[in-house]
Amino acid sequence: MDNSATTKPCPEAIAAANEMMLRFWGNPSSTHAKGNEAAQKLREARRSVASAISAAPEEIFFTSGGTEANNIAVFGAAAKNRRAGRRIVTSAIEHSSVLDSVSELEKQGFEVIRLMPDIHGHIPPEAVAEAVNSDTVLITMMMVNNEVGSILPIEHAVKAARRKAPKAIVHCDCVQAFGKIPVNVKKLGADMITLSAHKIASPKGCGALYKRKGLHIPSLTFGGHQEDSFRPGTEAAPLIAAFGAAAAIACDKTGMSKRYSTVKTLRDYTIEKLGKINGIVFNSPDDALPYIVNFSTRCVKAETMLNFLSERGIYVSGGSACAKGEPSHVIKALDLPRDAADSAIRVSFSAGNTTDEVDALAEAVAEGINKLAHFAY
Amino acid sequence: MNEIILIKNGELALKGLNRRSFEETLVKNIQKAAAPFGGVKVWRSQSTMFVTPLEGTDIEDAVEAISKVFGIAALSRAAEVPKDMDAILPAVCEYLSEELQDAKTFKVNAKRADKKFPLKSPDICAQTGEYLLQRFPHLTVDVHEPDLVVTVEIRDTSAYIHKQPIKGAGGLPVGTGGRACVMISGGIDSPVASWMMAKRGLELSAVNFASPPYTSMRAEEKVKDLLGKVAQWSGEIKLHIVPFTEIQEAIRDYCPEDMLTIIMRRYMIKIAQMIARKDGALALISGESVGQVASQTLRALECTDAAADMPILRPVIGMDKEEIVSIARKIDTFEISILPFEDCCTVFTPKHPKTKPILEKILEAEKALEADEINVAAMIEHAVNDTVSTVITPDR
Repeated sequence: MDNSATTKPCPEAIAAANEMMLRFWGNPSSTHAKGNEAAQKLREARRSVASAISAAPEEIFFTSGGTEANNIAVFGAAAKNRRAGRRIVTSAIEHSSVLDSVSELEKQGFEVIRLMPDIHGHIPPEAVAEAVNSDTVLITMMMVNNEVGSILPIEHAVKAARRKAPKAIVHCDCVQAFGKIPVNVKKLGADMITLSAHKIASPKGCGALYKRKGLHIPSLTFGGHQEDSFRPGTEAAPLIAAFGAAAAIACDKTGMSKRYSTVKTLRDYTIEKLGKINGIVFNSPDDALPYIVNFSTRCVKAETMLNFLSERGIYVSGGSACAKGEPSHVIKALDLPRDAADSAIRVSFSAGNTTDEVDALAEAVAEGINKLAHFAY
Repeated sequence: MNEIILIKNGELALKGLNRRSFEETLVKNIQKAAAPFGGVKVWRSQSTMFVTPLEGTDIEDAVEAISKVFGIAALSRAAEVPKDMDAILPAVCEYLSEELQDAKTFKVNAKRADKKFPLKSPDICAQTGEYLLQRFPHLTVDVHEPDLVVTVEIRDTSAYIHKQPIKGAGGLPVGTGGRACVMISGGIDSPVASWMMAKRGLELSAVNFASPPYTSMRAEEKVKDLLGKVAQWSGEIKLHIVPFTEIQEAIRDYCPEDMLTIIMRRYMIKIAQMIARKDGALALISGESVGQVASQTLRALECTDAAADMPILRPVIGMDKEEIVSIARKIDTFEISILPFEDCCTVFTPKHPKTKPILEKILEAEKALEADEINVAAMIEHAVNDTVSTVITPDR
């Protein structure tokens, strides 16, 4: 039940990666037949990932994962707009690959506005509109928060940017949304979008950055002409092929909505079961992406509960990084009471989870509370 | 040209009649340290040890490993040449060519252990100096603060050429002082304390207390990683991991909250001693430093010491955190120590611990644990019996 951390690779993705290693192992840049067949497979994967978000293939740039894509987007946008202004608008609950990147830019002289969420991880749309001014060069905001599942008002960010800061680039980290709810670049209107492969049943080590056609972003690394020289280096062909295969499955409309309703049922069941345990509070909002349920026992430290559940074969994650009582930046930003912050647990589903597993989770959490909760930790 | 390592013993020379056994231990330790890199041959002559890398051993690796062997004051990489000035002079130019080019000033130092060698030390210096000045005209001689000291040693079988030696690890050879058992939690201080005692010639074993689910496997891995770093200096360390949850929960449930830490430490010491004895250790090692936390005040140390009947060595007792950290950085344990996993010492930390515990009150509080229905003695026995031991080898 830790599918927001990573997912089990699906057979189709494994088969695609295997095929690239066993048969199409040529360098896609080579012009001979062995290279061409690999390049052909790469094109297929690019088309698949592109169509998963209604983008054009040439708008997809493969990276080593979400972190790299976020770095390229943030630093690339800043490099492009260095002279256009100095304000960057983001939220306080972004992934660390965005937050640490904008902090670095802050040291270089940019002004960073980090919008604070409410107690459930909502960023008020009017706060976004207010924060964006004509000096704004970059707005970077995730679609779905990875710890509590709240959905961020990215469409308001786009509107505010277009109205008040025509030069601003809007970047959206869609790692947690991709494959779970429709991500359509045309409807979203963002200039850049980050995707990750291993969250949609493909192997780790691969991601993609969508960059709107016609938007020029200076590249940050230099080398070969791969990925239009925007992200040079020999392509990770097996991983990219797997990503293509997984994206086709994850973003098939019928499949996606079927999984969504399965997970929604599981989520509702989880809230019902856990809700019966005395003292438990839910940190995820009611309108969160149902794939993520964040709750606090308010009496057992998250790390202890995690170890306890792990011993019983139940794998969840700390809504916090559990750093000796130090909650994560997201949990801190929610401004929860201390006991809730220290005990925040994230359950994240895949459609493969079952109500039996939820029963086992609820039972184990109750047992953990009985055994482990004594005086304040 | 053969390259070897010359080693000057540290305090060893002072050890009178024990010197021979100290040196034998040092030779063994040097051989052990270099073994993973292919091995070395060691022989002794007067106060110098000669280390020859065996076929296939990279001398850089051997120097790196030997620089962490305690009991060595200084070591030099040296070229071995025939005892003949016609061979020595060109060899100096070749062997130290880079250093001679980079230096602005130099001096020559001669050691004539073989008193039958035709030239006296000053003559060796003069001839070598003159030879170098001709070939490296940019150099000047500076006998007080030279950039480069060229040393020519004339020994019984060969002559050796080297530059300034590098500092050795100092201290005494591990194994010459008996064995002590370190109580290691995963923090910054205990690895440093272990290193310091190994430096004084002690062999190490280690005890760690695990309290799952309050502590995780990661905490255990962290302790192993820390000891792997220490073992680069101390050699192999036997690690005993004691299951401590039951005792820790009993203390939490039956003793006053503000005494938890002290009582827990006292039980840790009792258990560590039992394990240490089995291992043949004569003392415990702890990373306490006066005043650092509530359990490390003099009053608190009095209470913990009372649980022990073997000496507790506390080498960092008078050190500031910064001083401890600087050693931790030197021995590469700092970055591991600051990994944020809950360890046995941070579980159930009371909000307001007693900083001046009174021993009688602590003993009184512990009586609750001795009651039949709790039977802490049986818990201790379980903990010792269920202890899992592994041997930690130097991390490469």
